[in-house]
Amino acid sequence: MLLKLTGLVPLYPLIGCIINGFFGLRIGKNAVGLIAAGSVGLSFLTTLIIFIGLVMTPVEERVFEQVLFTWMAAGDFTAEFGFQVDPLSMTMMLFVTGVGFLIHVYSIGYMHEEYSFYRFFAYMNLFMCSMLLLIMGNNFLIMFIGWEGVGCCSYFLIGYYFEKKSACDAGTKAFVMNRVGDFAFLLAVMYIFNIFGSIDFTTVFHAAPEKLIYNSEAVTTITMLLFIGACGKSAQIPLYTWLPDAMEGPTPVSALIHAATMVAAGVFLVARFFPVFESSEEVMRTVAIVGGVTAIFAATMGLVQNDIKRVLAYSTISQLGFMMLALGVGAYGAAIFHLFTHAFFKSLLFMGAGSVSHAAGGTFDMRYMGGLRRVMPWTWAAFLIGGLSLAGIAPMAGFWSKDEILGAAWAGTSWDSNLVFWLGLVAAIMTAFYIFRALFMTFEGEYRGGAAADPNAEAHDSSGPHESPKSIVGPLVVLALATAAVGWLVNPLTDFGFIPMHWFSEFIAIGPSHPLIEGGHVEVESFNRVLALVTSLLAVAAIWLAYLMYVSKTISPDAVVSPVRRLYDIVVRKYYLDDLYEDVLTRNLFYSKLAFGLDWLDKNLVDGIVRTADRAGRNVGRAMAQLQAGQLQGYGTIISVGVLVIFGIYLVFR
Amino acid sequence: MDFGMVPLTHYLFLSATLFVIGVTGVLIQRNVIVVFMSIEIMLNAVNISLVAFDRYMNLHDGQVFSFMVMCVAAAEVSVGLAIIISLFRNKPTTNLDEFNIMKS
Repeated sequence: MLLKLTGLVPLYPLIGCIINGFFGLRIGKNAVGLIAAGSVGLSFLTTLIIFIGLVMTPVEERVFEQVLFTWMAAGDFTAEFGFQVDPLSMTMMLFVTGVGFLIHVYSIGYMHEEYSFYRFFAYMNLFMCSMLLLIMGNNFLIMFIGWEGVGCCSYFLIGYYFEKKSACDAGTKAFVMNRVGDFAFLLAVMYIFNIFGSIDFTTVFHAAPEKLIYNSEAVTTITMLLFIGACGKSAQIPLYTWLPDAMEGPTPVSALIHAATMVAAGVFLVARFFPVFESSEEVMRTVAIVGGVTAIFAATMGLVQNDIKRVLAYSTISQLGFMMLALGVGAYGAAIFHLFTHAFFKSLLFMGAGSVSHAAGGTFDMRYMGGLRRVMPWTWAAFLIGGLSLAGIAPMAGFWSKDEILGAAWAGTSWDSNLVFWLGLVAAIMTAFYIFRALFMTFEGEYRGGAAADPNAEAHDSSGPHESPKSIVGPLVVLALATAAVGWLVNPLTDFGFIPMHWFSEFIAIGPSHPLIEGGHVEVESFNRVLALVTSLLAVAAIWLAYLMYVSKTISPDAVVSPVRRLYDIVVRKYYLDDLYEDVLTRNLFYSKLAFGLDWLDKNLVDGIVRTADRAGRNVGRAMAQLQAGQLQGYGTIISVGVLVIFGIYLVFR
Repeated sequence: MDFGMVPLTHYLFLSATLFVIGVTGVLIQRNVIVVFMSIEIMLNAVNISLVAFDRYMNLHDGQVFSFMVMCVAAAEVSVGLAIIISLFRNKPTTNLDEFNIMKS
């Protein structure tokens, strides 16, 4: 009965948020940090207990629902406030609370100089609560609360430095772009309620085989709308441009929200409805291709960034593309596995970037870093492990999941899985190159001055490069160890101690939470050893190339770029997509045409009607006021005439 | 019917005519006393039609009711005259145009 604790998991961060939000300034920074990190830590411990409970239940019964109360009931519509724990949400809960806890601890050190320390932690805790609602909800509405909640907290936290205009703009951009996706998601929920008469996951999934015909229009519409929602949250093409800008937020925010958890919500959404998605071939193909194209597209942009956080941001988009690709080719287990490992190594990389920036005095521009390996060996080691994992080198976490994805795409027979395999392979090679480019630019060579040399940085620390304090390095080391271990530990190739072979893949893919699939069984991908070897060799080659270009300088980066200068410029300008959205869509279309038209309508039509009504009322009133002479006889005359008129009308129209 | 030579409509015409005269008097006369008399004319116009209908339908309620009207009229006259007198104490005139305190 360990599962009964479920409701407590999102409750702790909520309490933390309330205490920190209302009394944060009074109780002091130490207490704020303790409450914030402690509440998430408690959530993590509770999650671990629930996890033990879930593993102990037999495979066929691994869906636990806990309904706290009926939230609203109106006619046929009822919405419960309840949670559902199954292998998928369990996995999400584990890494959301686990990584979340480490990032909270890290934030205590990282944000210590901030005045509104408590505000940061109140938002972070609120975010944790929303994220947990998103993944644990047992119906669409709870999920939607979480979905909107995380979007809202993301907005707050991107715009945390609200005195900086670029941060405010980035927050607004993220919020508005997410809104596009959220709208589609909401439409999908309405459509589902229209068809099923319920928004409960269990009810919908059990009724789905009867009500949703394979490849029918309804299935395609619902899944397509859900996928658009997922694209918004998970920063897939074409709704990805908000994520790089979201790096304006503090680094722990980037690590937690824009790498590990919130951006995974889109992938989680598709995974949650995977049985429904599988009933539409077209949408599955769309998911695969959008994922593959995003993976390679974002990877190319990652190649040319100079801001270390932006490299990681594009990398995140690219890796999310990988997950979508995996879902699209039907590799459900591999996608969730990658989501799981990615949360570890990407937040590790972000926290490493934050530590590096701390050392370099506040800049994130890699052109002004360099040589940091000697002054901050711990950060270097952690970043290296993260980089190797992202590049897909054994035995780091990323290796296992990425190769499962590529293997699944390779094993597919249709043209689209072949296409996305090649897209994914090229993206993987680029990934290895750009992350080691970042690593070499940051840690090798000579120190190039840090924030003092960066004309764009708001320098606030000129004490020279130094290793970060313990509360920053500690979580880094823990996460680095986890990254090194988590891949082969949870999903070993052969039986490993008490962990059976392919434990994770089977845990996630087998069970009653997929009633649509025959016997509740998603196929477990087998690991392709030859392919893994080939991709690893390619990745090593890419790392070697990065070494030649940025460490030994045998190949000058300019020499590589100059033959394809024009292409390079296009990539540097982010394929002009930002310009398209901001200049063409927003400024020219939206502001000048649409907003202008609406403004005209507002001023002339809406205000016109109001003003006319006002004027009419005033004038009629003025005329009527003349009648009130105070003479009873005048009133009597009016009454008599009125009686006559009414009587006349009665006689005429009788 | 003994008064069969005179049909009901004539009585009603008489009643209506008196009533209209009364209404007109109330509306256009400026002297309070005359307005008051006009009201009496209207009441009596109603009395005529009450009695005429009563006779026509062969009932008795209408005649009883006309007494009722007379009683009320008498009461009204006493109250009304008292009002007129107190008005006259306020302002030494019986011209209604002078009284427009209803206008706020």
